[in-house]
Amino acid sequence: MDPGVDPDQGLTRRRRPRAVVRVSGFLHRHPLVRLLGLLSAPMLWLVVAYLGSLALMFAAALWSVDSFTGNLIRVPTLDNLRTLITQDVYRTVALRSLAVAASVTVVDAMIALPMAFYLAKVASPGTQRLLVAAVLTPLWASYLVKAYAWRTMLANDGVLSWALRPFGTSGPDFGVVTTGITLGYLWLPFMILPIFAGLQRLPDSLLEASADLGASAGWTFRSVVLPLVFPSIVAGSIFTFSLSLGDYIAVKIVGGSTQLFANIIYDSIAGGTNPPFAAAAALFPVLAVLLYLALIRRTGALENL
Amino acid sequence: MPDAAATPHTEPDTWWAVRLAGLRKTFGTGAGAVHAVDGVDLDIADGEFFSMLGPSGSGKTTVLRMIAGFELPTAGTVRLGGADVTALAPFQRDVNTVFQDYALFPHMSVLDNVGYGLRVKGVRRAERRVRAGEALEAVRLPGYGDRKPSQLSGGQRQRVALARALVNRPRVLLLDEPLGALDLKLREQMQIELKSIQRDVGITFVFVTHDQEEALTMSDRVAVFHQGRVEQVGPPAQVYERPRTAFVAGFVGTSNLLHPDAARAVLGRDGTFSIRPEKLRVVEAGAALAGGEVAADGVVREVVYAGANTRLVVALDAGDELVAVQQNRRESAADVAALRGQRVRLAWRAEHAFELTHAPTPENTDPQAPTSGSGSEPGPSGATHASPR
Ligand SMILES: Nc1ncnc2c1ncn2[C@@H]1O[C@H](COP(=O)(O)OP(=O)(O)OP(=O)(O)O)[C@@H](O)[C@H]1O
Ligand SMILES: [Mg+2]
Repeated sequence: MDPGVDPDQGLTRRRRPRAVVRVSGFLHRHPLVRLLGLLSAPMLWLVVAYLGSLALMFAAALWSVDSFTGNLIRVPTLDNLRTLITQDVYRTVALRSLAVAASVTVVDAMIALPMAFYLAKVASPGTQRLLVAAVLTPLWASYLVKAYAWRTMLANDGVLSWALRPFGTSGPDFGVVTTGITLGYLWLPFMILPIFAGLQRLPDSLLEASADLGASAGWTFRSVVLPLVFPSIVAGSIFTFSLSLGDYIAVKIVGGSTQLFANIIYDSIAGGTNPPFAAAAALFPVLAVLLYLALIRRTGALENL
Repeated sequence: MPDAAATPHTEPDTWWAVRLAGLRKTFGTGAGAVHAVDGVDLDIADGEFFSMLGPSGSGKTTVLRMIAGFELPTAGTVRLGGADVTALAPFQRDVNTVFQDYALFPHMSVLDNVGYGLRVKGVRRAERRVRAGEALEAVRLPGYGDRKPSQLSGGQRQRVALARALVNRPRVLLLDEPLGALDLKLREQMQIELKSIQRDVGITFVFVTHDQEEALTMSDRVAVFHQGRVEQVGPPAQVYERPRTAFVAGFVGTSNLLHPDAARAVLGRDGTFSIRPEKLRVVEAGAALAGGEVAADGVVREVVYAGANTRLVVALDAGDELVAVQQNRRESAADVAALRGQRVRLAWRAEHAFELTHAPTPENTDPQAPTSGSGSEPGPSGATHASPR
């Protein structure tokens, strides 16, 4: 052998400490341990902070408050749930919240689809960057600033009324409609971005193939674009739907005297009067979103997100 | 510049499936403008298997996209079966395309993919199923209708894309490097199948490829593209045996060029000549010639052993370098390796060296072969072109 060549070919000097080698060797042979090590911190967070508080909420929903002393009574009772189900006012507010969340979602989807299509498939690269930035920048602005901006626009003496005056009408008064408009604006980026990403993944050649086979633009949209971006629309709708269902601030600012379901929860906690009732009420949006996810699951869209 | 012989303009207009006249396409404006297609005239006959051959970026895809209607020409006209369709949308044209990436709809079954064009035309479901099934049989994929495209191999997807286009019975089928993604074996098999399908259905095929062998074996006629122009159109044998320019000679097969100086010394004639490597016979220096043969002496500079044959690069005394391909009938690798540095004689039949009718100009020679200062004559480094495979 050539005396100049290291018999170990240079490997000895790079050898790592034995302990390190042994540990990494063990981890290499036991992928499950490796996975646990990787996930322990986030798992802990998920279990304790998130699922734990959710479980606590379920439990608290069954408690009650002593009306005289204001102390918590930790004895299971279905009173809170019974009140929520039997009293008309809660049913009305619940349905109103669902309707607002659903219409915000539908309107956002209808606005976002053409916008995202233009962004992903029509705009030149320069325009595309500019417009994506324009969609993203409102997310940097404070929620309250945006809500109050809509308040000034939609107020009786606001921009909208001023613009509509020549036509002999006025804008909608503060109420459900203005709340819907404001929420729709607030959550629009959460609908545009997933659809935009979905459309970017859609090869142009599919659209060309459709046109090549004789389909008009409308036909192509219905039978190629829509089915293929449907999972993205669903992703966006999960945001818009659950965010709308959980909102209680916008409605305070532009809703006039309108109440949404989240207000009921907020008011029972903020007043410090009846946390168990708030917990029981909070079951409604949780159930609504779970039901929504279950419905989506049946369409198969969740697998293709 | 179509061959006058290959495009008899006296034929009635409808005789041609596709007629391109003065076709140009420029992307961008000003200094950054790209002349992707720079004045193309082509006439493609009904029922023809027509190939567009050229290196990457020579404008083949752009021409195809203008025929299909995905791209509007900057200038010129596209006529299909006699009708001017230059301004029509893709869905108004009686052509179908097989895309390079196949572009199958991933959310539809194979049968729905194939039946898509029929559904657009309003063909009833029952008839659609029958005709789509027949088309799948024609591409030898019967019984695959219920699968999703993701459950198919590359070659099967390619055939579904073909069936999806063929089922509409278009006047012209455009294929953009449809075999590019397949491995060599499958590609050769598909070449044969494509050709026989085309013969069966009798539809005009316009086939884009950058593989010269593919173009030569499959086509009725080949158009060689270079920098947005057509350098030569003709039957494969003509393009291969009688290239008109140095670029065609170099791109379609390996070509040896005898430049004017060497040609004068060896052949006693003026002009640039091209000789195919397989036409050269390697014999001992000073060996006697057969009747009708011409010869040039030189030194073997390089020996490349390739199993079945050996490529010899011979530096001629007269100046140029020629590549000769020799079959290894008796010789072993060691025998041929010993040839390096030896003096040999290259002999060929006089008619196998033919003059390039369009002497290469700086503009239309291969950019990898820089031209000498004299303007119209390529320098010695432009002597041989490796085939781009
Ligand atoms: N949309 C476009 N915008 C700008 N330039 C383009 C566009 N499409 C093509 N080009 C340019 O036009 C020229 C011809 O392109 P084309 O796609 O027709 O080449 P090709 O012969 O099909 O090449 P390949 O064999 O690589 O597919 C290239 O230089 C290319 O960069
Ligand atoms: Mg191409």
